Amino acid sequence: MTSPIAGGVDCDLHPAVPHLTSLLPYLNDYWRDQVTTRGMTDLVSQSYPPHSPISSRPDWRPARGKPGSNLEDMKAQALDRFGVSYGICNPLYGVQMVFSEDMADAFCRALNDWLVKEWLDKDARLRGSIVIPVQSIEKSVAEIERCAADKRFVQVLMLVMGDMPLGKRAYWPIYAAAERLGLAVGIHAGSNYHNPPTSVGWGSYHIEDYVAQAQAFQTQLTSLIVEGVFAKYPKLKMVMLESGFTWLPSYLWRLHKFWRGVRMETPWVDRAPLEIVRSNIRFSLQPIDAPPDPATLNRLFDHMQSDELLLFSTDYPHWQFDGDAVLPEGMSSDLVRKIMIDNPHATYTRLKEPAHGHDPEKHALGPRPDGWNPVFGKDHAQTK
Amino acid sequence: MNVQFRSGAEPASSVGVKTAIADCDIHPARATATELYPYLAKRWHEHLETYGKHPYQGMMEGPPYPKAQPNASRRDAWPPEGGPQGSSLSFMQQQHLDPNNVALGVLCPLNTGQGIRNQDLSAALATAINDWQIDKWTSQDSRLKGSVVVANEDGLAAAAEIRKRAGDANFVQVLLLSRNVEPLGQRRYWPIYEAAEEAGLPIGVHAFGFGGNPITASGWPSYYIEEMVGHSQCQQTALASIVLEGVFERHPKLKMVMIEAGFGWAPSLSWRLDKSWQRLRSEVPHVKRPPSETIREHIYWTTQPMEDPERRDHLFEVIDWVGWDKLLFATDYPHWDYDDPSRVLPAGVSAANREAFYLGNARKVYGLA
Amino acid sequence: MTRHVIAPVDELPPGTRKFLTIDARPIAVFNIKGEFFGLLNRCPHQGAALCEGPLIGLAQSSDPGEIEYTRLGEIIRCPWHGWEFDIRTGQSYCDPKRFRAKTYPANVEPGSNVVKGPYVAETLAVSVESDYVVVDL
Repeated sequence: MTSPIAGGVDCDLHPAVPHLTSLLPYLNDYWRDQVTTRGMTDLVSQSYPPHSPISSRPDWRPARGKPGSNLEDMKAQALDRFGVSYGICNPLYGVQMVFSEDMADAFCRALNDWLVKEWLDKDARLRGSIVIPVQSIEKSVAEIERCAADKRFVQVLMLVMGDMPLGKRAYWPIYAAAERLGLAVGIHAGSNYHNPPTSVGWGSYHIEDYVAQAQAFQTQLTSLIVEGVFAKYPKLKMVMLESGFTWLPSYLWRLHKFWRGVRMETPWVDRAPLEIVRSNIRFSLQPIDAPPDPATLNRLFDHMQSDELLLFSTDYPHWQFDGDAVLPEGMSSDLVRKIMIDNPHATYTRLKEPAHGHDPEKHALGPRPDGWNPVFGKDHAQTK
Repeated sequence: MNVQFRSGAEPASSVGVKTAIADCDIHPARATATELYPYLAKRWHEHLETYGKHPYQGMMEGPPYPKAQPNASRRDAWPPEGGPQGSSLSFMQQQHLDPNNVALGVLCPLNTGQGIRNQDLSAALATAINDWQIDKWTSQDSRLKGSVVVANEDGLAAAAEIRKRAGDANFVQVLLLSRNVEPLGQRRYWPIYEAAEEAGLPIGVHAFGFGGNPITASGWPSYYIEEMVGHSQCQQTALASIVLEGVFERHPKLKMVMIEAGFGWAPSLSWRLDKSWQRLRSEVPHVKRPPSETIREHIYWTTQPMEDPERRDHLFEVIDWVGWDKLLFATDYPHWDYDDPSRVLPAGVSAANREAFYLGNARKVYGLA
Repeated sequence: MTRHVIAPVDELPPGTRKFLTIDARPIAVFNIKGEFFGLLNRCPHQGAALCEGPLIGLAQSSDPGEIEYTRLGEIIRCPWHGWEFDIRTGQSYCDPKRFRAKTYPANVEPGSNVVKGPYVAETLAVSVESDYVVVDL
């Protein structure tokens, strides 16, 4: 077994919102009443049924409550266990599924505030991803700007299966804001179910939806590359989270092959797709959809032609590996260091920002620069 | 003089140029809009002229993602007598079958009645296309074999068409497309699998088709290149559906050929399916074996568009993982992304593997060994 | 090198091309806006009859959505896989292996910043003598 080294960055942790009521303190009066009087219960995505084996490793599943909902468990089972210096939180609460942009916005704000108060403030190693209401590009940009003031946010979080391919120009104000503010954009497995969760329609099973995430990452990568996102935003880093990566080499061969003949359709693609992936795209380590023989996986690493692409992750509390076997067998210590430390730091430049001495009072997430003021009630910050 | 060829691809270095080959993906076309009329009941002539095919996409003429070349075909494949590329048998013989020594050519007709919303019309067009294949192609050139085109969204009608053609040596497989109303493993398609297995015919699943779903799981992309590359993802998901719905548990003798969607993704999909199945098998108790074993046993892959990594050792490794006994050579003639048989395989392949790749595997799968 | 007379100049007006075989080599001669260029009619990719492809311009972009389209009629697209080749030089525009283009400043001469591929179509020396198009082979 390859042992992890201390001082790494876990790039994919999933703190769980226990229940929609956990967000009530972070909602304004209007939304609080909407939630309670309309009988809204919880926002749980079919992408991760709470009791599905994928959703939690058996030894990480608490006796009560959702897996990943307890910080002490996360410390013991992930942060301390693997000796990381940083852990990046990617909340997978189902806020993207709602259709109303105002509702999505209220829930995203509450979720981001919840993450700060109940996780980032309580363990200096933790960093966060800003969950955005992609139902509205304008509100997404405003939320990014609001949360970016807190340097512990290192990333903007989007889902791999959404309303439109991610390369579409309508999304570009989000990418512009992220690049400008030094935030990575994390694309995480999961669907908002506004489209069928596969490219050939609705399958029958959870396992089908889960397997199909890999194909969704492939089409999104094509979109991001051929639409020219990285020609326009060359400093932007995007991280494919819980995507798998063993599909990457053959996928790139095919994209490259066709692009050569249809170059004129997207002439702003000024570099080979592999070059673009090398400079702007990263992949979290788990899940490793590995061949049974470790030697084959090493051949696959060779096919990838870069040791800068992978970022260490446990995907806690999802069940991707057993015991401490988070790293593939037979990995060199150089590669371990790259994956656990160098690559994440090169990707998440905000990790450099000091978190020690972080003053929650001084750096509380304030009202939005766009002066968002709900029509129906006072902003929650003003009621405190 | 500065000509550069991809290393290993010089014709002189290829042993396979004049060796007999199988081409497992040839696209015969209709020369005129009315060429099918003799095989179609008269009511459908008027119907087509009045209402058109009514497919699962918006455009009455042409595809929503414009192709790279007219008719998605090589520009040098226009027959001298007129008609679109692929519509002339004599020109196909002259340009492709004869010089490339095609000993077995499998016809995969496209733009038929598959992927349309009127199921009666779909079935009528299917049987007409099948009659047309015999009349214009397979009875005229014994190297050519047809695919049984079926009304893909009407399982019962499709099964009836398969049973009608079962035992007819003009046909070597049933043809489906990868994009349908539902993923191909869904039970609306099960009658097709039952009939094909009964008839001893493999099913060719060819990239393309429209089923009304956006062609990615996150909506409709902007560009043709996204559709082209996206066939790989659509095929992966269709295959995952077939495996996870237990199609091969129910039909252990059935074989399928994945056509024109590549094969380089087969290993990583198999590994991902296995890993997920180990975790989630309680959801799908009808899936009795690791998916990778099912794929190894039941699935074949046509080679076009050929995987094209910079390093040929990478290509050979991937083929080793897929299996030299699983690949069926195809050119996709007359389409623009045509793979030339003399250029497609780098040097360094054993004679046995070359033979399997170019002809032997196809003969076995299609029952012509 | 042998000189071969191809045709009288007025048989090859601008925008046209002529196919012929010299010493068993298939070639085509193009008249691009009054200048003559020759190419071997064999694509260096997979051997297609390159010179039968359509003539287009060169599409470049330094800003997604904005396309600068120049050099109309000087780029040929291979009839098979559609690879673009510059008629003047035979240079392909695809598959950059070692050439990395950056964002284009506004004053760069068109054509020089599009990524070049390693494939180059074989060009032939063509000249005009006494109103005849001549190829050196």
